[in-house]
Amino acid sequence: MIEYEPVIGMEVHVELQTRSKMFCGCEVAFGGEPNTRCCPVCLGLPGSLPVVNERAVELMTKAALALNCTIAPQCIFHRKNYYYPDLPKNYQISQYDNPLGVNGYVEITGKKIAIRRVHMEEDTGKLLHVEGNRSLVDYNRSGVPLMEIVTMNPPPPGLDQIESADEAREYLQRLRQILVYLGVSDCKMEEGSMRCEPNISIKPKGQVEFGVKTEIKNLNSFRAVYLGVDYEIKRQQRVLREGGEVVQETRRWDDARGVTASMRSKEFEQEYRYFPEPDLVPMVFDDAYVGKLRAELPELPMAKIRRFTTDYGIPRADAEVLTDSVELADFYDACARVSKDPKAVANWLTGEFLRLVNATGTAVADAKTTPAGLCELLELIDKGTINRNTAKSVFEEMFNTGRSAGEIVKAKGLEQVSDTDAIEAAVDRIIAANPKEVDRFKAGEQKLIGFFVGQVMREMKGKANPAVVNELLKGKLGS
Amino acid sequence: MIRAGKVSAREVTQCFIDRMEAVEEKVKAYLTVTPEIALAQADAVDAAIAAGEELGPLAGVPGAIKDNMCTRGVLTTCASKILYNYKPIYDATVIERLNSERFVMIGKTNLDEFAMGGSTENSAFFVTHNPWDLNRVPGGSSGGSAAAVAADECAFALGSDTGGSIRQPASFCGVVGLKPTYGRVSRYGLVAFASSLDQIGPITKDVTDCALVLNAIAGKDACDSTSLDVPTPDFTRALVDDVKGLRIGVPKEFFGKGTDPDVAKAVMDGVETLAGLGAEYKETSMPSVEYGVPTYYIIAPAEASSNLARYDGVRYGLRAANSPDVISMFENTREEGFGAEVKQRILIGTYALSAGYYDAYYLKAQKVRTLLRRDFEKAFEEFDVIVTPTAPIVAWTIGELMDDPFAIKLADICTIPVNMAGLPGISIPCGFKGNLPIGMQLIGKALDEETLLRVAYTFERNSEFGGRKPVL
Repeated sequence: MIEYEPVIGMEVHVELQTRSKMFCGCEVAFGGEPNTRCCPVCLGLPGSLPVVNERAVELMTKAALALNCTIAPQCIFHRKNYYYPDLPKNYQISQYDNPLGVNGYVEITGKKIAIRRVHMEEDTGKLLHVEGNRSLVDYNRSGVPLMEIVTMNPPPPGLDQIESADEAREYLQRLRQILVYLGVSDCKMEEGSMRCEPNISIKPKGQVEFGVKTEIKNLNSFRAVYLGVDYEIKRQQRVLREGGEVVQETRRWDDARGVTASMRSKEFEQEYRYFPEPDLVPMVFDDAYVGKLRAELPELPMAKIRRFTTDYGIPRADAEVLTDSVELADFYDACARVSKDPKAVANWLTGEFLRLVNATGTAVADAKTTPAGLCELLELIDKGTINRNTAKSVFEEMFNTGRSAGEIVKAKGLEQVSDTDAIEAAVDRIIAANPKEVDRFKAGEQKLIGFFVGQVMREMKGKANPAVVNELLKGKLGS
Repeated sequence: MIRAGKVSAREVTQCFIDRMEAVEEKVKAYLTVTPEIALAQADAVDAAIAAGEELGPLAGVPGAIKDNMCTRGVLTTCASKILYNYKPIYDATVIERLNSERFVMIGKTNLDEFAMGGSTENSAFFVTHNPWDLNRVPGGSSGGSAAAVAADECAFALGSDTGGSIRQPASFCGVVGLKPTYGRVSRYGLVAFASSLDQIGPITKDVTDCALVLNAIAGKDACDSTSLDVPTPDFTRALVDDVKGLRIGVPKEFFGKGTDPDVAKAVMDGVETLAGLGAEYKETSMPSVEYGVPTYYIIAPAEASSNLARYDGVRYGLRAANSPDVISMFENTREEGFGAEVKQRILIGTYALSAGYYDAYYLKAQKVRTLLRRDFEKAFEEFDVIVTPTAPIVAWTIGELMDDPFAIKLADICTIPVNMAGLPGISIPCGFKGNLPIGMQLIGKALDEETLLRVAYTFERNSEFGGRKPVL
């Protein structure tokens, strides 16, 4: 049987998180009463003219730099002409043969996925189909700054292409992470601020030429991207193995049924009649401008992962979790920098902290615990003032109230008891009170040690130093 | 006089309204008249004067606006059925600027549909008549504005000029028309025909008024990225009666085949007049000029095909009835809404931008445009101003050239290169053929409207053509 290998191309659109639209001053926000965030420009009224939102250009330039692109020294907008009711001018201001950034890449596990271009454009409005063969149009989204990021297949030497559903999903997640780090976009696939149209083809293993590709639309989550791409790879394999041919077409992902279905064939290449937008003047990106933006770039996720694993010696898996959001990464960084035990910090954050974050639905940025607070708590454990179990409940209280570890420990009298006499007394009481268990232990039931430790801890209201308890018990029970 | 209180703004306005009522039936310069707005604005000016407010020279002065400039709440149709009922929700920047000068808006003037044409015969509503000979066209596309000024139906007017649409009708109607440097005046609110060529400018009775109106409308506008961020001089300071030492170039290509000998003679007489006042002139050559018209008819329709795509019946204007789906609604609306000339240009432009033809047409036309610009730059190393006829012929009889669209297009042969190079050009009266005015075009360096105004002013003071009025 012929082995096939897939090649996946990604066209991603990202809505920018600017205050105003790409070519006018209207507010950018998700939802809202239809047609309340519009003006003559984004409605394309006769006589209106676009003016470039410089903040949007800045953000997209930063994004292109973060995606390792070369920035065009001079670039212009083009008009992409096509008729659709959600497009008020019946052309979209976009970029064509002179995009903002070219030849970049996104790092995923073990690969650098080649990016062909990053360009700027404006979003369209939204059509709402209502009963009775009627449609309404909402232009609130019309003119929202949009960035298009397209991968390059085949990739140039040294770079790679996406070849599985897993990689497709990871590429998107990495891309999202970078853009969120930069504050370029919130990249919410469910709200459409990140939209992805993968194209998929398969070819016999080792063959250079690509097969016929299909494009998938309506992928509204990372999970849908994974499932849709996976489905399409398998469908194409089935078609070829059954002696059929893959048709070049756009297919729609049906999330409920878990299948793709043909939307329209792409036999005829759409004619967009691109030409330079005469209402806008060329933009110049000189070294000073690009240099300034490059200097403003934050440390990006992959660089953080490398630094955390190297400088703090934590496992890659922990570093992945800790760099998921810039807020968590900063939190970790702030603690780890001053901590004697960055691994312990990582454990607290990936364990207790994220458990509480998820359980309470709190955003990391809104957590009441501060990095300094966590450091203080870890110090209390380290000094033996409290034991780990107590620390967990203290941390939960810190998380909920914002009080410091020291305050909580003091107020509740939670200091750990390491005083051997007090613990010994408790140990003696427990041994005396449980003769049967003592006999069973001595008969070889070693796991009962846990029972004794638990009893002593309860006797000591959880404050006993567990190491001391263990040692004393073992001495007295004679193991 | 208004500011000095010798006459009230209401009296002046009423006087123009009365004149309009008397002659408009013959001239048909206006698509919409706004006497109520005009009188209200005039009263406000009178009140301001009474309150001791300092006002500018245009305060209380009635002006007419070409109907392709957006006026809030007042019909703006572009003389097209597709915008027959369209009332903009905002004022064009030029209107805002005139409003801040407290001008009085007396009406919206007729034009060739979407400014495409040179006679106003392409208006979807009616033809405007030349006040000098009611059987003849006023020129176009700003024919309504030029006719209204010539017939004293307003004190001044705004026109727009993509390939000669201010200068040619000014020439046909015996008035002054200036197309400023591309980017000198904001295009925000001017309904786009060809974005890289369109420019708004004044049509006035004399050169002084031209400078006053230009003062009011010129200057960088944050809403128009192509408007130039340069200081706006006080153009009235250029009104100096002196052309001594001025170097005039007279390129022979502007007097080519098809130029009426009477027109050529009047223009050369005008050049002699300037020479008599101390200017020097020399015949010269600008070989690329002959490509002006053909390349214009690539670039302008290409941009127009895209600019006019928005008229689809979805949001405003005409929506064709009985369309079963959205595609047929687009098609029926545009079929019903656009006139023949507009459709032809949309077709040409769509073709020129199509894949496979783009390089041969649009891209090549842009290269020719660069050549034209260089030719002008070269000429301006030697000359301060270039003098040509505004149009090779005088106003033709209504309907005469309807079957010969190329003859109409060739009437723009002298004006189009100026738009292609983005330069300022002014048309001033320089003679008559019988009862029909002849215009002389002065072309200047980019942003050198001042030299044009100085030469035009000097010529006006030393010739007898500016003051004559048509009898209506």
